[in-house]
Amino acid sequence: MALQSLDIQARSATTTPMPGVRGTLDVAKLIDISKCIGCKACQVACMQWNDLHGEIGHNLGSYQNPQDLNDTTWTLMRFFEVEPEPNRLEWLIRKDGCMHCADPGCLASCPAPGAIVQYSNGIVDFHQENCIGCGYCITGCPFDIPRLSKTDEKVYKCTLCSDRVSVGLEPACVKTCPTGAITFGSKTDMIDHAEERVTDLKERGFAHAGLYDPAGVGGTHVMYVLQHADQPELYGLPRDPAISPLVEIWKGVTKPLAIATMALVGFASLFHYVTKGPNAVSKEIEKEEEEA
Amino acid sequence: MTNHWVDIKNADLILIMGGNAAEAHPCGFKWVTEAKAYRKARLIVVDPRFTRSAAVADYYAPIRAGSDIAFLAGLINYLLSHDKIHHDYVRSYTDFSFLVKADFGFENGIFTGYDPEKHSYDKASWGYQLGDDGFVLTDPTLQDPRCVYQLMKAHYARYTPEMVSTICGTPQDAFLKVCEMIAETSASDRVMTIMYALGWTQHSQGSQMIRTGAMVQLLLGNIGKPGGGMNALRGHSNIQGLTDLGLLSNLLPGYMTLAGEKEQDFAAYLDKRSPKPLRPGQLSYMQNYPKFFVSTMKAWFGDAATAENNWAYDWLPKLDKTHDILQVFEDMNAGKMNGYICQGFNPLASAPCKIKVSGALSKLKFMVVIDPLATETSEFWQDHGEYNDVDPTKIATEVFRLPSTCFAEEDGSLVSSSRVLQWHWKAANPPGEARADQEIIAGLFLKLRELYAKDGGAFPDPILNLTWRYKQPHFPSPEELAREFNGRALADVTDPKDATKVLVKKGEQLNGFAELRADGSTACGCWIFAGAWSEKGNLMARRDNSDPYGIGQTLDWAWAWPANRRVLYNRASCDPAGKPYDPSRMLVAWDGVNGRWGGSDIPDFKPDSNPTDGMGPFIMNPEGVARFFAVDKMADGPFPEHYEPMESPLANNPMHPDNPLARANPAARVFKGDWDSFGKPDQFPYVATTYRLTEHFHYWTKHCRSSSVIQPEQFVEIGETLAAERGIRSGDHVRVRSNRGHIVAVAVVTKRLRSLSVEGKQVHTVGIPIHWGFMGVARNGYLTNTLTPFVGDANTQTPEFKAFLVNVEKIQTIV
Amino acid sequence: MRRDPRDLIRYTAGQRANHWIVGISFILLGMSGLALFHPAFYPFSLLFGGGTWTRILHPIFGVIMGLAFILMVIRFTKHNLMRRVDWQWIGRVGEMVNGIDEGMPAQGKYNGGQKLMFWLLLLCMLLLIPTGIILWRAYFDFPVELVRWAAVIHSATAVVMICLIFVHVYAAIWVTGTVRAMWYGTVTRAWAKQHHRTWFEEVTRR
Repeated sequence: MALQSLDIQARSATTTPMPGVRGTLDVAKLIDISKCIGCKACQVACMQWNDLHGEIGHNLGSYQNPQDLNDTTWTLMRFFEVEPEPNRLEWLIRKDGCMHCADPGCLASCPAPGAIVQYSNGIVDFHQENCIGCGYCITGCPFDIPRLSKTDEKVYKCTLCSDRVSVGLEPACVKTCPTGAITFGSKTDMIDHAEERVTDLKERGFAHAGLYDPAGVGGTHVMYVLQHADQPELYGLPRDPAISPLVEIWKGVTKPLAIATMALVGFASLFHYVTKGPNAVSKEIEKEEEEA
Repeated sequence: MTNHWVDIKNADLILIMGGNAAEAHPCGFKWVTEAKAYRKARLIVVDPRFTRSAAVADYYAPIRAGSDIAFLAGLINYLLSHDKIHHDYVRSYTDFSFLVKADFGFENGIFTGYDPEKHSYDKASWGYQLGDDGFVLTDPTLQDPRCVYQLMKAHYARYTPEMVSTICGTPQDAFLKVCEMIAETSASDRVMTIMYALGWTQHSQGSQMIRTGAMVQLLLGNIGKPGGGMNALRGHSNIQGLTDLGLLSNLLPGYMTLAGEKEQDFAAYLDKRSPKPLRPGQLSYMQNYPKFFVSTMKAWFGDAATAENNWAYDWLPKLDKTHDILQVFEDMNAGKMNGYICQGFNPLASAPCKIKVSGALSKLKFMVVIDPLATETSEFWQDHGEYNDVDPTKIATEVFRLPSTCFAEEDGSLVSSSRVLQWHWKAANPPGEARADQEIIAGLFLKLRELYAKDGGAFPDPILNLTWRYKQPHFPSPEELAREFNGRALADVTDPKDATKVLVKKGEQLNGFAELRADGSTACGCWIFAGAWSEKGNLMARRDNSDPYGIGQTLDWAWAWPANRRVLYNRASCDPAGKPYDPSRMLVAWDGVNGRWGGSDIPDFKPDSNPTDGMGPFIMNPEGVARFFAVDKMADGPFPEHYEPMESPLANNPMHPDNPLARANPAARVFKGDWDSFGKPDQFPYVATTYRLTEHFHYWTKHCRSSSVIQPEQFVEIGETLAAERGIRSGDHVRVRSNRGHIVAVAVVTKRLRSLSVEGKQVHTVGIPIHWGFMGVARNGYLTNTLTPFVGDANTQTPEFKAFLVNVEKIQTIV
Repeated sequence: MRRDPRDLIRYTAGQRANHWIVGISFILLGMSGLALFHPAFYPFSLLFGGGTWTRILHPIFGVIMGLAFILMVIRFTKHNLMRRVDWQWIGRVGEMVNGIDEGMPAQGKYNGGQKLMFWLLLLCMLLLIPTGIILWRAYFDFPVELVRWAAVIHSATAVVMICLIFVHVYAAIWVTGTVRAMWYGTVTRAWAKQHHRTWFEEVTRR
């Protein structure tokens, strides 16, 4: 399924190397929360570009609508009213969605070959036609992003608009963001831009401003500029995200160990038979019984 | 806007007050983030709610809804008493030194000339002392107690930080912090912009709130400068174009005014609107009013408008009173109207006091609704249960719905808040039987004209003589209309200095309003749009975004009125000698070599006026300078004064506790039957304010699925303290009640709505977004204007949607 | 069917059917489970109509096997209670493996190894069934941390169970004359006498 301009670098449930000769640029989306006004234009752009027609739900007492990510909501503005210091109210608004980890837990967990791919530019994409609907990616994701559709039992999430990026366009959310809070480019450029933003924020009194590009998942291709990088929990972000050790065991050591064990038992049986022969009823007893 | 959207990036400080730009103008708000990111600008938000704008602000100060004048007046007092004003600017470019009539006065909250019966002022005393030469007397030393500076200083000295805090509920330290930050922009190289919107206009004293803001900007020398100005953020596309084209009941195109019924004499009408200069050497540009007016009449009536018939002046209606939206529904409710053509307007949802509007519509014989959508107004007679509880059998109004196109289905120009006329092309064909608005109006007009031609009538002249030169009479094209409002020469137009020099040949499009003539040789549908479609073609369709000076002045992008100027009063960005106050951000400067003004913008000035001639930058005023003292231009006083909203949690105005006349705006118009509809704080203890959400556009986008997905259901915002008092949790259903009705909505309990200490008592605010109704795909809700009071600003009659009283209760089950 | 009237009945038809329901389910579960477990086995999914069908069917096989296994437990628990002699047998299992079984203690219907197998398989099922339900995303949505634990336990247990079943199957093949017990329900007297002498004596005494 690789698009000509998007080489695949990793593919779910595949043990052999992917084409790796062409060197492509790592891309990244940078979300500057200090510039975000929570207008949800990105949310609508995402729905429109991807032809998603969600449910008109209910207001359950918040600006956050829908309440959570779902199969037709691949990105969602999450609203947090916090007081990092007494009497200093802040309304932090974070655009939630797939982080496009360099070390993606979803891809590691996926049992269906080619249902999840990582392009060489870093985008982690779901190919629903290969998806079997097991939901292992949900189990593997450190950020709670993929959502299993009740409609077709496939899993959906942000594609970082791989279809747009493959033809040289920015993702729809980036295109639509009115304040420039979302930018897109090479990962190095985005890190450079983030540094400028962090400098600006520090100068405005946010001593702990910083970039969220968690190393535990090898870095991400969606990064945040946070006013309070020392407290990612304020934004509903995990402090040190990594693929869960349980998932590592499940998808790591268990697999070769299991094959080896099963093979061992199989071969042991075979060689036992060959070396020891069948355990037949002794002639003596057979004779006894015939005579009885 | 005096400036424009892109220019906000040139600001050093941005004050958002009386608006919520991030919420309501997210696209324009990008220029705030640009200013912050690349000019290290600071953003201050003053608002009753911690808004989306506040979420990205450097400093937020809370304020009680409706008390903005007190806050700004306190700021004026701070600037004057701390000497944080731009001395050069205020002395040269404002009326600081002008002497005011001796009999003008202000006592216990009321200006001289008040008539308590009529709730209005006789403004005779609100004027200048004039010399024998007809010019205003001045005292350049500013020592005369009757000079504007001294009067203003005395007027605002009463607004101490303590008083501001007690009225506004803003903690004193927060108020003073805002003052300090703003005061820094009195320096020549520091500029503040003010961004406001309906948070200022929708008050019974809204115009004066805006004026107070403008006064702050004048004191700081921030008007006319890049990154400065008073910037009204227009909400509707194309509301700027609507006012420009004079679609308000008392206006003609280009902000000319319709005559009152006493103004039967044409010469007197023109004379009053063409003021002579009030100071020596001033331009008083509105002296050209007759050229604009006659050209408009020629555009309307063509050959039928002649010098002999006063250019058809006599055919124009003369106003008995303003027929603003409140007046119209008052009259309709009184049974004085039979029919109503409702075009692009949803008054059942948008006008105050729904029960009154619904009752008024029920008294009509017919109503024509021209709209792309099935609006609440067009369905007002239908029973929609709790959301529109009416009995259709008792409503005899016949409703005709004429489906029209929406903006994406038509070519044409839109005028942005920046005054930029930008041409656009349709993206899709209209569905079904929908027709363009001008097509519908043309159809109605042609039929009416046919009937008048056949049957005559009491006064057929204006209908029969109206010019209708369109190639397809039933479908005036947007291009033809645009060329018409630009104007053309009906005869060769020559240079007044050299009669042999032809500026525009007969039949050609005009290049600008300077070519308009009062002798009937030019026709122009809207003088301020002259130049938008000249012989060079459709300049509104230009898309060249080159920015040679790097300050966002893209003069070849579309076209801005007037005369493609991007920043109004830009002469004031230079000192009296014509040098920019801040050369790094030059708009215009005097070029002594060539004897002309020039720079990154079109000079808003006489282009060859040497600075030594002393012409002031405010050329539209006969004074040539900006006015702190409004003379007779405002209905409610020459200096803004704090009055309580019509419905206020306070029994009295803390500024004038013992004068009941000065509690609310003394000049606000209240219709007789409406006094009883106002609620009192004992029954309705909480301040309510209505507003828009970024997810929706008015009552339109609830018809749109995407918008409804991201904001599906009606809610109200309640502060944590009030919620705790009333036992309300987020997600509960609550009933919000005013003296005029109630709504039911989901409660969003939030830290962002603080209770404020006002006059020693805790005042809670209830926030009420407006966007739901009983039509569309979003979940049905109540029209929030069920709650709002039927009173408007004393000057504009814009309804007071931003401050009124309600009560709130939790309800156990969904009604 | 008795080939020889003197053959001994070891399993009733019901027991055999029950066993094979479990057995077939196990094979289907094992193959579909392995397909979901390791890419090397993903081609097994073709046998079930593709990956999605494999994902749909695996838990359904699981339900069938679970129910059938419960029946088996009800049928066979009483025969599998561990006794001292079973432990003695297990203690000397090395001789058995070496094919020198003459000295092994006399066994009842099941020897110690078989009984141990029974209990281990039951333990596996007790781990597999609840974790399988937790992993069944089509119908359930448990906290992700619980799902992760379930995934590890389910797959590890499944591997253990597969190995146990290998042993079970191999033992049946290795001990000649055993498999027919599950085909026809009977064994020869000689087979019984050699491998389950105590049981042989019990049934022949009657």
